[in-house]
Amino acid sequence: MKRMILAAVAALAMSGAAYADTIKIGVVGPFSGPFALQGKNFKAGIDAYMALNGSKVGDDDIEIIYRDVPQADPAQSKALAQELVVKEGVQYLAGFYFTPDAMAVTPLLTQANVPLVVMNAATSAIVTKSPLVVRTSFTTWQTSTPIAKVAKDAGVTKVISVVSDYGPGVDAENAFKAGFEAAGGQVVEAIRMPLATNDFSPIMQRIKDSGAEGVFAFLPSGPTTLGFVKAFKENGLKDGGIKFFAPGDLTQESDLPALGEAALGIQTTFHYAVSHDSPENKAFVEAAGKAIGNPAELSFPSVGAYDGMHVIYKMIEATGGEQDAAKAVDAVKGLSWTSPRGPVAIDPESRHITQNIYLREVAKADDGTYYNKEIQTFEKQGDPGLAALK
Amino acid sequence: MQTVLSIAIDALAYGMVLFVISIGLSVTMGLMRVVNLAHGAFAMIGGYIASYAARDLGLAYGFAILLAIFGTIAIAVPIERLLYRRIYGAPELTQVLMTIGITFCIIGIANYVFGPTLKTVPLPSELQGSVDLGFRAIATHRIFAILCGLAVAAGLWYAIEKTAFGVKLRASVDNAAMAAALGVRTEIVYAVSFAVAVGLAAFGGVVGAELLPVEPYYALRYMVTFLVVVSVGGAGSIPGALIACLLLGAIDTTGRYLMPEFGEFFFYLAVIAIICIYPRGLAGRAKG
Repeated sequence: MKRMILAAVAALAMSGAAYADTIKIGVVGPFSGPFALQGKNFKAGIDAYMALNGSKVGDDDIEIIYRDVPQADPAQSKALAQELVVKEGVQYLAGFYFTPDAMAVTPLLTQANVPLVVMNAATSAIVTKSPLVVRTSFTTWQTSTPIAKVAKDAGVTKVISVVSDYGPGVDAENAFKAGFEAAGGQVVEAIRMPLATNDFSPIMQRIKDSGAEGVFAFLPSGPTTLGFVKAFKENGLKDGGIKFFAPGDLTQESDLPALGEAALGIQTTFHYAVSHDSPENKAFVEAAGKAIGNPAELSFPSVGAYDGMHVIYKMIEATGGEQDAAKAVDAVKGLSWTSPRGPVAIDPESRHITQNIYLREVAKADDGTYYNKEIQTFEKQGDPGLAALK
Repeated sequence: MQTVLSIAIDALAYGMVLFVISIGLSVTMGLMRVVNLAHGAFAMIGGYIASYAARDLGLAYGFAILLAIFGTIAIAVPIERLLYRRIYGAPELTQVLMTIGITFCIIGIANYVFGPTLKTVPLPSELQGSVDLGFRAIATHRIFAILCGLAVAAGLWYAIEKTAFGVKLRASVDNAAMAAALGVRTEIVYAVSFAVAVGLAAFGGVVGAELLPVEPYYALRYMVTFLVVVSVGGAGSIPGALIACLLLGAIDTTGRYLMPEFGEFFFYLAVIAIICIYPRGLAGRAKG
C-alpha cells in the first residue's frame, strides 16, 4: 500500500513536470523611492505585453515576480536575484534600471542556468560580462552618437560638452566626442558637473565664456534636468543662439509637462518617443497607458520592458518551457520583430538590440501639451560603445 | 570683471533662495529647540498646494502662494498638537526619529496622491522671462526671490527683536517654566512660532520651486543643504542664517564655475572650516 502511494505521488510529480507548468520571471527594478516612476514604467510595459499577447506561452502559465531595489545598490540587487533563483525558482531574470545592479547579477547566471534580459541599464559593457545577457533597451553610446552628426549638419563646429559626473554621463561625453570629431567638429571644453547640482547658472556662465556655438548635455532624467533646461533659457543662452543637443533622456515624456515652454525646440536623439507613429505603437500606448493609470507618466523604460517580454516569450517558445539558458539565448540571437519603437533586432554577436535612433524636437501639440516630434531617422544603429571598449 | 559680477549675482540669487527655505528651520531649531527633519516635507507640501492651485485650478500666483502658506499651516497645526508637542524638550534622538518618520509618511502620501512626476508652479507673466542687467540676463523670478528673502529677513528680525510676541517667545525658549509662571501662555507661543516656521517653509518651497522642483523626494533631497545652512549660520539667528546663505551660495557658485569636477568639495570644505572655528555657527548663542 505504502509503495503504491509513493508510486502515485511520484507519477503525479512527474506528470506535473511534463505539462502545464508555471514559468516564473523575476523582475528587479526601482518600484519605490526616487526612481519609482521608472519601475512603474517597467511594470506598465510588462502588463501591456501580457494584456496584448496573453499570459500563457503554449500550455505554460507565466508568472511575474517583482523585487524592489529603490536606488543603485549592487549588493541588494545580487541578493534579491539569488533569492529569486533559489527560493522562487525563476527561470528568467529581467528588469534592471541601473548598470551596477545588472553588473552585480551577471556572475550568477551561468551557475543558475538563467538568462538575464536587461530592460534598461544602458552601459555598453554589461552584455560582455556574461553570454547569457540580452538587452532590449539602448546604450548611452547608441543614443548619443547620432546627435553628433546632427550637430555637424546644423553647421555647428565648436561644441562644449556638459555632463553629470557619473558613469552614463562620462559615456555620453565620450560618445559625443568620438562622433563629433569623426564628423570634423571640435569639442572645445568638456565639463563634468556634480550629480547634486541645484543651481546651473555658473555652468551657463562657463558655456557662455567658452565661445562654443552649441552645447551637448547629458543629465539623468528627473529634477536636475528641469533646472538645467530652465537655466539654459533664463540665462539668455537660448536667445543668444547657442544650440542645444542631447540624448533623449533629457526630454523624457513624463518630464515634459514640467519642462514646458523652456524645452520647446530642443533637439534630442533617442530610440523611442511615445508619439511614434505606427499601429504597433498605438496599441502599445493604449495598453501601457491603461496599465500605468496616468498615460502622462509613460516613458522610455516601458518600451524596453515590453520588448524584453517579447524576447522572453520567444525564449520560452524555443525551449518548450524547459530551463535551458544557453538554448534560450541562442534562440533569440538574430531575432527581429516590429517593436512599438520601430523595426528592431537582437544582434547575434553582442546580444544587444539593433534599432532605429530618431532625431526629435520638442513641439507643442494642438491641445497645449508638449511632445517629442520625430523628424529624422537613423536606421539600424548598433552599439558603437562596444567597439570603443576594445 | 564682467564674469566676477555675473557670478556674484548668481551667488546672491542662489543664497537668497536657500535663505527663504532654510530660515523656518532655523526658527524651529534655534528658538524652539526641535530638530525638525520634516521641514523639507512642509516646504514640499507648500509647493504641491501652490502647483495644484495655480496649474489645475488656474488661480493667480499671489493667491496660490497665500493658499500654499495657509494650507500648509492648516495641515501642520494638527500635527503639532498631536505629535510635536510631545517632543518639545525631548532628547535630540527622539526628535530626529519622530520627524524623519513624519517625513517618510509625507513622502509616501505625496507619491500616492500626486504621483512621482515633477510639478512646477506656473509663474505669472510679470515673473517670466529675464531682465537685462546690461552685462548679462537674469531671470525675473530670481530677482523676486532675492526681494522675498530680504523681506522675510527684515520681517522676522523685527518680529523677534522688537515686538511683544518676540519677547514672549525668547522668554519661553530660555526658561519655559519661569515664563509660564509670569503669565506667558507658552503652548500658544510655541504653536504660533511653529505655524510661522511652517508657513515660511511653504513660502520657500513655492518661491524656490524654479530652482528646486517639487517631487515626492524633495522632502529628503535638499534636507542636508537646509541643515548645513542652519548649523553654519547658528540656529535661531536671522542675521547668522543670512550671512551663511550668502557665504555658502558664493562658495558653491564660484566652485561650480571654476572647477565643477570637484563637485561639492569646496562647499563642504567651507562648512567644515566654519564649524571648526565657530562650533555654534557664525552667530550662534551659547546654550543658556
